[in-house]
Amino acid sequence: MAVVVRVPTVLRTHVEGAASVSAEGETIGEVFADLTARYPGLQGQLVGDDGALHKFVNVYVDDEDVRYLDGLQTKVADGAEISVLPAVAGG
Amino acid sequence: MRVESILELIGGTPLVGLHALSPNPRVKIYGKLEGQNPGGSVKDRIALAMVEAAEREGRLKPGDTILEPSSGNTGIGLALVCKLKGYRLRVVLPENVSPERREILEAFGAQVIGTPAEEGSNGAIRVAEKLAEEDPSLVFLFQYANPHNAQAHYDTTGPEILADCPEIDVFVAGLGTSGTLMGVGRYLHDHKPGVQVVAVEPPAGEQIQALRSLDEGFIPPIFDPDVLDRKIIVRARQSIEYTKRLLDECGVFAGISAGASAYGAVKVAESLDEGTVVCILPDAGWKYLSSGAWTDTTDVVEERATRINYW
Repeated sequence: MAVVVRVPTVLRTHVEGAASVSAEGETIGEVFADLTARYPGLQGQLVGDDGALHKFVNVYVDDEDVRYLDGLQTKVADGAEISVLPAVAGG
Repeated sequence: MRVESILELIGGTPLVGLHALSPNPRVKIYGKLEGQNPGGSVKDRIALAMVEAAEREGRLKPGDTILEPSSGNTGIGLALVCKLKGYRLRVVLPENVSPERREILEAFGAQVIGTPAEEGSNGAIRVAEKLAEEDPSLVFLFQYANPHNAQAHYDTTGPEILADCPEIDVFVAGLGTSGTLMGVGRYLHDHKPGVQVVAVEPPAGEQIQALRSLDEGFIPPIFDPDVLDRKIIVRARQSIEYTKRLLDECGVFAGISAGASAYGAVKVAESLDEGTVVCILPDAGWKYLSSGAWTDTTDVVEERATRINYW
């Protein structure tokens, strides 16, 4: 499955400055593994050493927060748009 | 109606039908008009609750100065409460909020301390924490970590919603400090099990250019992810479109975060066969006239929203 991942400003230095990159995977976890293999600077930025989503990262598949879906096991459809955003103070 | 103090007018806001927005005639949508509060927003509730709690706890005495980071509405609510109760107020405000917010704060007598636009609310929090540490005489209520923020909504907003709309199936509100969602969400879970609590989140992390690493991120200490059932991101464009639709189709003149909330309610409605959705409309449109939301094209307003924080 090919998907598009929107990369936040704070992580763009790790993906050669791109605002979005394409990636492969059946689940969010697989997509992030694919990205991290190609962009080693992302190691530890999306998924922590404990294997869980980084505390200060929010991930959305087609605008739905994956923490309220199936987390890293959330399935992604072909062509899905995945947004990664840092958790910051809102309001 | 007759009251002796404007503070008695905080809360008790009406629910108004936004059925014209519903994609399904069997799904009703109501918005809670928080712009009807005397300081103009939902934040009047927490301003009063946090100040009165600090008074009860002995943390505040006459003449004290309160310090608070705010993108505007909490500051305005606190300014109103402080004026009547005899406290001084310093608000730490990101430089990129709509100019009306700063003007109202100054009109209400608050001292405004600006923080760099590119740091967003994170920067305002950082500066406020530093000022509070340097000067222990300042009373730091800190809405992001103050349990009376959520409690104000458990005690007032939640019961008002359930009394006015006992058939509620889904509650939708914006996620900033998370106080509204935590308080109303817990109240509804306790008193009407089965109600879904849905957060709509502005993409704040896109705006903050100055974030050096993810570890500078921030999660409000009062946020408990388990209170929510679903979280949706709402982008500037959708928020602006629904701010326009609220006025055009429902006659409701509300702020940009109300547009985001209404969009979330409609998105939820699309996934229901039937039922009732209640969303929070945090403030009215007055403070956002400079956004051009009702007079300029969506493209123009969307571009402006990349530089100015309307949430």
